[in-house]
Amino acid sequence: MPKLTLEEVEHIATLARLGLSGDEKETFREQLSAILDYAEVLNRLDTTGVPPTTSALPLNNVMRPDQVTPSLPTEDALANAPDTDADQFRVRAILE
Amino acid sequence: MPYEPVIGMEVHVELNTASKMFCGCSAEAFGTPPNTHVCPVCLGMPGTLPVINEQAVRYTVMTGLALNCTVQEHNVFARKNYFYPDLPKGYQISQYELPLCQDGYLTIDVGDGHPTEAGQARRVRIRRVHLEEDTGKLTHVDGYSLIDFNRAGVPLMEIVSEADIRSAEEAYAYVTRLRQIVRYLGVSSGDMEKGAMRCEVNLSLRPVGSDEFGTKVEVKNLNSFRSVRNAIAYEIERQTRLLEAGKPVTQVTMGWDEAAGVTREQRSKEEAHDYRYFPEPDLPPLNLEPAWIEAVKGSLPELPDAKRDRFMANYGLSRYDADVLVEDRAVADYFERAVRVAGDTINPKLVANWVTGELFRRMNETATAITSVKIKPEDLVALIRMVKGGTINQPAAKETFGVMWETGRPPQEIVEERGLKQISDAGELAGVVAQVIADNPDPVAQFKAGKETIIRFLIGQVMKATRGKANPQLAEQLLREQLQSNE
Repeated sequence: MPKLTLEEVEHIATLARLGLSGDEKETFREQLSAILDYAEVLNRLDTTGVPPTTSALPLNNVMRPDQVTPSLPTEDALANAPDTDADQFRVRAILE
Repeated sequence: MPYEPVIGMEVHVELNTASKMFCGCSAEAFGTPPNTHVCPVCLGMPGTLPVINEQAVRYTVMTGLALNCTVQEHNVFARKNYFYPDLPKGYQISQYELPLCQDGYLTIDVGDGHPTEAGQARRVRIRRVHLEEDTGKLTHVDGYSLIDFNRAGVPLMEIVSEADIRSAEEAYAYVTRLRQIVRYLGVSSGDMEKGAMRCEVNLSLRPVGSDEFGTKVEVKNLNSFRSVRNAIAYEIERQTRLLEAGKPVTQVTMGWDEAAGVTREQRSKEEAHDYRYFPEPDLPPLNLEPAWIEAVKGSLPELPDAKRDRFMANYGLSRYDADVLVEDRAVADYFERAVRVAGDTINPKLVANWVTGELFRRMNETATAITSVKIKPEDLVALIRMVKGGTINQPAAKETFGVMWETGRPPQEIVEERGLKQISDAGELAGVVAQVIADNPDPVAQFKAGKETIIRFLIGQVMKATRGKANPQLAEQLLREQLQSNE
């Protein structure tokens, strides 16, 4: 499996809002490529007749009844916010 | 070259469950104090786990069935990843490859808005109906954005149509119809002004007769039914002008500015469309039993089309009256309760006339919903019965109706108290008639000379003398008898 390109690493970093130095980009190019190589090993298994699954847990249909339970007090909800105003979280301006 | 618009719609509907999609916080978000309905789950705090609200699944399946969709037995939720502050987890739990419902259709009527018979029925195919969570609400002030997470995690149903819509009118009919259905099902208020229903439009133009698709433009920020219609009409015109001038249409996202009546290009979030969907690892798969789906199907209420057809068949109503009555399920229920009380004694058409006439007039004038109307259906029937039986005449009935509207009191009481009973007793009316004949020698002479129409004047005099209470038919009969006998 060929290595990821530098552009691909930069794209993924941007999507994850991570600023990477030149060295870090190279490090992650190696590491992410190694992960893909490992997935490639799994791809060699013959899965004919095995239904696809999205969960490894022996669970399904876990649901709850539509009942309201108490929420957090507003001051607790905002306790870890970097900045607040008028009982709301405050962040740098977002463009629409 | 004439162009034809090709329109697809994405409609988001907030479900009116009591609690949120994945936690027990109240789903009441509109007009609530900021950040009062939030908890570690909907704030995306580490270590928390979502649990699916069963009612939200039921509501989505109900909607899918009402839209003639196939309900998927095997369902998977997916993470849609993007960074935006209205989304505390950094991803939205949605559905991707395996939505709850697929491949349905909605029939719309495209008439001139006042059809007396069936308009032209068109089918708009529904591609999918899926379930996801709503985001928080951002307010932009002075270089900052404020975030209220009350709405984050409210169950949100997305209904995606195929690009089968061909005009602004059809788009309007489509969204109105969708709202009517979610209201009939009781799954959402469908209130666009409060954000409970939000529309996005994908629109392109192509030469008439072509099978190709032109460049698609997305239009957002449609906050009312009117803006759906106006924005589409505007965008069709804008793109037509570009194409006719030989200029290309660029693939952009436009926002509708209702005040200015124009669409404006929105600045695009860079690389925003790389959502990297993957199956949500925090939720086990959802496998709906066929028996459960059947049970939901069996619990669906009668939908507008079926109700309209039944009203026409059982009650002999016109298509127009039936359409108007089934528009709102509560109005249809009101009408039907009245018809049931009336039994065989009153023609349902007469009941329909009173509901769509006097009752609707008052409701429109005062912007009153049927659920707040004070007149009980059985009292309306009692009033109609009094008119039909000759106890009161039309003007007295309108007066009585007015008092009923204001007070909710039964008509018998009002008629008694105000002395509105019609004089239908010949003995009681004979004296008044004799007096009117004696007081009006000229008109009487004219009548005797063959001027037939003057009888109306004489009847008017009898009505006046009895302050409107005389039975007009009886008054005429007595006048004719007395005029003949004293010839």
